[in-house]
Amino acid sequence: MSALLLFISAVIIEKTALVLVMFLITLGIAAYSTYGERKVAAFLQDRLGPDRAGPWGILQPLADGAKMFTKEDFIPKDSNKWLFILGPGAFIFVALMTSAVIPWGTYFTGFGLNVDLQVADVNIGILYVMGFVSLGVYGIMIGGWASNNKYSLFGAIRASSQMISYELAMGLSIISVILITGTLSLRGIADGQAGTWLGFIPQWNVFLQPLGFIIFFVCALAETNRAPFDLPECETELVGGYHTEYSAMKLGSFLFAEYINMFISSAVISTVYFGGYNFPGIDPSWLWGLMGPVVIFAKTFFFIFVFMWIRWTLPRFRYDQLMHLGWKSLIPLSILNMLLTGAGILCLG
Amino acid sequence: MQSLSNRSKLVVNKEMTFMERIYLPAILKGMWTTLKHFFRNVTGKTATLRYPEVKRDFAPVYRGWHVLKRDEQGRENCTACGLCAVACPAEAITMTAAEREKGEEHLYREEKYAAVYEINMLRCIFCGLCEEACPKEAIFLTDRIVPTDYVRQNFVFGKDMLVEGVEPEKRINVKVRQKHVTEKK
Amino acid sequence: MSQYLFLTLALVSVATALLMVLSRNPVHSVLYLIATFFAIAGQYVLLNAQFLAIVHIIVYAGAIMVLFLFVLMLLNLNNATEPQKSNAWKVTGAIASGSLLLVMVGALKGSSAAVAQVAHKADVGLVQNLGRVLFTDFVVPFEIAGILFLAAMVGAVLVGKRDIKL
Repeated sequence: MSALLLFISAVIIEKTALVLVMFLITLGIAAYSTYGERKVAAFLQDRLGPDRAGPWGILQPLADGAKMFTKEDFIPKDSNKWLFILGPGAFIFVALMTSAVIPWGTYFTGFGLNVDLQVADVNIGILYVMGFVSLGVYGIMIGGWASNNKYSLFGAIRASSQMISYELAMGLSIISVILITGTLSLRGIADGQAGTWLGFIPQWNVFLQPLGFIIFFVCALAETNRAPFDLPECETELVGGYHTEYSAMKLGSFLFAEYINMFISSAVISTVYFGGYNFPGIDPSWLWGLMGPVVIFAKTFFFIFVFMWIRWTLPRFRYDQLMHLGWKSLIPLSILNMLLTGAGILCLG
Repeated sequence: MQSLSNRSKLVVNKEMTFMERIYLPAILKGMWTTLKHFFRNVTGKTATLRYPEVKRDFAPVYRGWHVLKRDEQGRENCTACGLCAVACPAEAITMTAAEREKGEEHLYREEKYAAVYEINMLRCIFCGLCEEACPKEAIFLTDRIVPTDYVRQNFVFGKDMLVEGVEPEKRINVKVRQKHVTEKK
Repeated sequence: MSQYLFLTLALVSVATALLMVLSRNPVHSVLYLIATFFAIAGQYVLLNAQFLAIVHIIVYAGAIMVLFLFVLMLLNLNNATEPQKSNAWKVTGAIASGSLLLVMVGALKGSSAAVAQVAHKADVGLVQNLGRVLFTDFVVPFEIAGILFLAAMVGAVLVGKRDIKL
C-alpha cells in the first residue's frame, strides 16, 4: 500500500515538474516569438527590427513586458467589469491548456529518472486539442462583448464565425490522418511516423496527406487569427478588433495568448504531419532522451517562422473571401480528401 | 493611345485559369520573393544605418543649420543690411541693426552690426537664398542638423545659436559651401 | 477520491444550472450553461468515457453555445428589452417542466441498475469500444441518426436558399 502511495506521489511530482517546465518554456517561447516576429518582419521588409535592448535587441521582450505591466490598466465605464477581466484570462488559460497532450519526446532517462516527456497521454489527444482550440473563441467573444464597443463586438463576432467555419475543415482533414494511423492519441500518431521508405524518405503523414496538410495549415492560420486571416483585429476596419478597449497586461495577455496559440499549432502540425520527435537518422532517445524534444522544437520553430513569413507576405482576405474559402473550398476539399484516403486504405489494405 | 514605354499592360477582365484560382502558386511565388529579401538582410546587407553610432555622409553642399561667420580676427561679418531677410521666401529672418560703439572694433567688422538676428527654424525652408543674397559672406548654411525641441519658441534661433565661436576650435568650416556660393555669384 | 470528485462536480453542475436559469442577463446565462457542460464532461471522465466527455465539450461548449452567444450578441438583449411575462405563463411553464421532470424520473427509475453495471467496466468509453458497439449492436439507430442529420442539412439548405424552385 505504501509502495503504491510512493509511486503515485512520485508520478505526481514528475508530472508537476513537467507541467511547470512546459509552462515556462511556453511562456518563454511566446515572449520570444514577439521578438522573432518583429525581427522576421523587419528582415522581410529590408529593415533591422529591434536592436537596442541588449545585443541584437534580445532583451526587447523584457522591455515590452515591463511596459505592459506598468501601463495604466483601464476598464471602460459602461463595460461589464467581470466579463471584461474574464475574457483575456479565459483566452490565455485555454491557450496554455492545449500543450498538455503534445508528446515532446519519448522518455527522459538522465539522473536515474525515467520521465515520460508528455504531460498526459490521453487516448483522445487530438480531440482534446480540437476541443480546446474550439474553446479559444470564448475569450475573444466575452472580451469583445464586455467592452461595450461596436468595433470590439464586430471583432468578436468575426472571430467566432471564422473559428467555427474553419474548425469544420480542420476536423475533417484530421479524420484522414486518423484513418491512416488508426489512433487518436498524439503519442500514437507520432510513433506511427518513425522509420523511412526506401531508406531516405521519412514516413511522415505529410507525404501521405499533402492535401490534408495544406487544409490543416490554412485552418491553423485561421484558428490562430493570423494573417492573412486576421480579420478579427484588422486595424484598417476595426481599430483594434476585439481588444480595442483593452490596455496594459490584459491586452498583453490577449497578444501573448495569440503567440502561445501559434506555438501550440506549430507543435501540433509537427506532431501530426511531420513525425513529431522522429527524424530519419536521429534516435529520439539520444542525450538521455532529450534528442526528441530538440527535434520537435526545431520543427516547431520552423513552422512558427512559416507563420510569420506568411503574415508578412500575404495581404489580408476580405471577409466574404474568407467565408468562401472556408465553406466552398476547404470543406469540400477535405471531404474529398477523406473519401480518397478511405478508398486508398480499402484498396491497399 | 499608343504606349511610349512599351511597358503598359492591357487590363483584361478574363476568367482566371485553374492555376490562378487555387492561389497556391502565386502565394509560393510571393513567399519566395520575401524569403530572398529575408536572407539578404540576415547576411547583413541592410540599407539601414544605426544612426547615432554610424552617420550617413552628407553631400558637401547640404543645407542645414545656419551659421553667422566671423572673419580671421574674430569679428562678425554681418552688417545687418537686411538683404537676406528680403531674399527669404519664407519670411523666416528678422533682425535689428545697431551702430558700432568705440572700443567694439574687435567684435564687429563694419560700423553697423546686427544687435538681434533671428531665424525662425520652423518657417525656414533651407533654400539657401539668404547666403546667395549676402554681400558680406556672413551667413552660410552648414551640414549640421537643426536640433529638435518640444516648444515652438525654442525654434526661433537668436545670435547665440547662429554666430560661430571666436576660438579656432569653435569655428565652423564652410569652405566648400563658400566656394559653391561664390562661384554661383 | 472519485466520490468527492463526483460530489463536487454534481454540486457545481446543479449550482451553475440554477444560476443559468435564474440570472437576468442572457449572456451570463450562456456562460453558466457552459460551466454546467464542463461539470457534466467531468462526470463523463469519472465514468471512463473520455471520448464522450471531449465530444461533449467540442459539440456543446465549442460549437452550439458559441452560436447561442453569437445570436445573443447580435440581438444585444438586456434587461430593459425583456418583456414581462404574466403569472399565467409562469404557472404554465411550471406545470410543463414539472411533468417533464416526472417523465424523466420515471424513465430513469427502472434503468438505474443497468447503468451501474456498465460504468464499472474500465475501458467502456474508449474510442475503439465505442466504435465497435456503434457499428455492431447499435448500427440501426446510428444510421437512422445519420439520415436524420442529412434531412436536417437538406432542410437547412432549403431554408437558406428561400427562392429555390422546387
